[in-house]
Amino acid sequence: MIELRGIERHFHVGDQEVHALDGVDLAIGAGDYVSVMGPSGSGKSTLLNVLGLLDRPTGGRYRLEGRDITTLDEQDQARTRRERIGFVFQAFHLVQYLTAAENVELPLVLGGMAVVERRARVTAALEELGLTARAAHRPEELSGGPRQRVAIARATVTHPAILLADEPTGNLDRRSTADVMGRLERLWRAGLTLIVVTHDPEIGDRARRRVRMVDGRVASDESNPAAGDPSPGIDPAAPFPA
Amino acid sequence: MVRRAALRHPARSGLLVLSVAVGVAAVIVLASLGEGARRYIGDEFASLGTHLVLVLPGRAETAGGIPGMIGGQTPRDLTIADATALRRSSAVREVAPVAVGEALVLHGGRSRQSAIFGTSADLLPLRHWKMAQGRFLAPGDLERAAAECVIGARVQRELFGSEPALGGWLRVGDRRFRVVGVLATEGRSIGIDVQDLVIVPVAAAMQLLNSSSLFRIMVGAPSRESMERAKRDVEAILVARHQGERDVTVITQDAVLKTFDRILRAVTLAIAGIGGVSLVVAGVLITNVMLVAVSQRTAEIGLLVALGATRGRILGLFLGEAGALALVGALAGLAVGIASNLGLEQALPQLDLTPPLWVLAAGPAVALGTGLLAGAAPARRAAALDPVVALRGS
Ligand SMILES: Nc1ncnc2c1ncn2[C@@H]1O[C@H](COP(=O)(O)OP(=O)(O)O)[C@@H](O)[C@H]1O
Ligand SMILES: [Mg+2]
Repeated sequence: MIELRGIERHFHVGDQEVHALDGVDLAIGAGDYVSVMGPSGSGKSTLLNVLGLLDRPTGGRYRLEGRDITTLDEQDQARTRRERIGFVFQAFHLVQYLTAAENVELPLVLGGMAVVERRARVTAALEELGLTARAAHRPEELSGGPRQRVAIARATVTHPAILLADEPTGNLDRRSTADVMGRLERLWRAGLTLIVVTHDPEIGDRARRRVRMVDGRVASDESNPAAGDPSPGIDPAAPFPA
Repeated sequence: MVRRAALRHPARSGLLVLSVAVGVAAVIVLASLGEGARRYIGDEFASLGTHLVLVLPGRAETAGGIPGMIGGQTPRDLTIADATALRRSSAVREVAPVAVGEALVLHGGRSRQSAIFGTSADLLPLRHWKMAQGRFLAPGDLERAAAECVIGARVQRELFGSEPALGGWLRVGDRRFRVVGVLATEGRSIGIDVQDLVIVPVAAAMQLLNSSSLFRIMVGAPSRESMERAKRDVEAILVARHQGERDVTVITQDAVLKTFDRILRAVTLAIAGIGGVSLVVAGVLITNVMLVAVSQRTAEIGLLVALGATRGRILGLFLGEAGALALVGALAGLAVGIASNLGLEQALPQLDLTPPLWVLAAGPAVALGTGLLAGAAPARRAAALDPVVALRGS
């Protein structure tokens, strides 16, 4: 489903070149649950941004669901982001002026979905994340856990194939962390491909596969026998689809 | 909703709409006033009669200009004999010399300060004035200072009251004039209210006012076609009488009208331009509001990109906002401008303040153009934002 070959992302800072990604090879299958760990500045966020088409690699090849992403034009990239990928950020990034329901509705509005279908989707997504009672609340009226649940509902309301989460529990207390991770894993069990960047080993260890980044490279990549059950119908040992 | 996510500055947007509205309203009101004044003066001139040639003492510096207003030295006198000589031309049908001044007019125990208007019998057909009672000045020798006068309606009311005016005597200075007629006409002529006039034979007026030169001579041509010939004849006769010097100005009413027209059109454009300045200010404000929106909402714009908005969508969002605000402002300005015009028309009933069509179209069009132009740079900046940097920014 995801296939990275020699991915590089270089930044020019002054007259210095920073190799945020320095030859990353990575293949992730549909329905996989991957945690990305590593020291600060090792390129975890940059990797996630490249995966989510928010950032363009300066070198290498990226195939997503069989398509070479680097050949897509801006329109197609935007559509892919809209339809196939969901983002969850550490800082939630909810729009202050919109209610929880409206925040969740936002990507559907961008996609031009009809109102009736939109409302049904939003209702279902809010229910899935236990937010039905909070639908009319503004973000400022919600605490961290529910805020991130709204963000997850927004990321999944379009029924994407992949959910990318960059330190999703970085701003949460322990109880909310457990709640949010539980929600994400429930979505994974329902078939979503889940990729979580974290520096919390306790969270990283919950994933079925653990990737460790150091200096823009994949330092280690191991499957985790201690991880919970994979989603039904998907064999963790099976080779990735071509 | 997407709009609400990316934009939203109620106070600044309100200010922006207001400034566009003020600009458009100002353009409409000012341009309508200018046009109204132009039409008013045009109509005034038309009421003078169509085949009029004016002779004024002094030489105009520029062709088509108004003499007497320009120039330094006192011009040679224009005399009653000059006026009489003009009757020789076959292209001249009426000759009405005009001398004007002010004097105290008395009747019985009553008196009032009045405009004294010295002229001849030919003035009546030239100005299309109407008599309420009696007759106008008797025709004949212009040099004869007959002791008769024609008065305006207000002069009659104030000096005679209910007493019959016809046949009554007025004293002006050391002279007495018998009232032979009362004018029915209202309105103004060369800035004087016709109802306030005391009209006497021109020779009498010159003596009364102790003036050596006529104010002007009004000459009527029999037809529009003969006007140019009348003008040439008048010039030739006067140059010959003035020892070959071209020291008078002869203009046709058309030329005066055109001059006023040109001046007023320029004034109209100038004041419309002043109104346009407020539109430029509005444009600067739009750019400012949008730039602030872009920089304050950077994270939200980044979010929209992350949620799958295309750059075109972001661009359209901001351009649409700028255009919509400008349009709302323009419509408000249109309404306010037209309403103010209606109000002004109540206050200035003699002016027709129907806004010219070009202003109704150009005002809002310029406002909308300004909005889009002013919104273009901020919109492009928003669309070019790197979503990664934008999201990290907060
Ligand atoms: N837009 C950018 N411009 C310059 N340098 C950047 C940019 N984004 C990331 N970097 C650099 O790339 C490296 C990797 O950053 P990042 O992927 O955010 O690391 P992590 O998420 O693992 O902490 C860092 O050295 C960071 O300073
Ligand atoms: Mg990071």
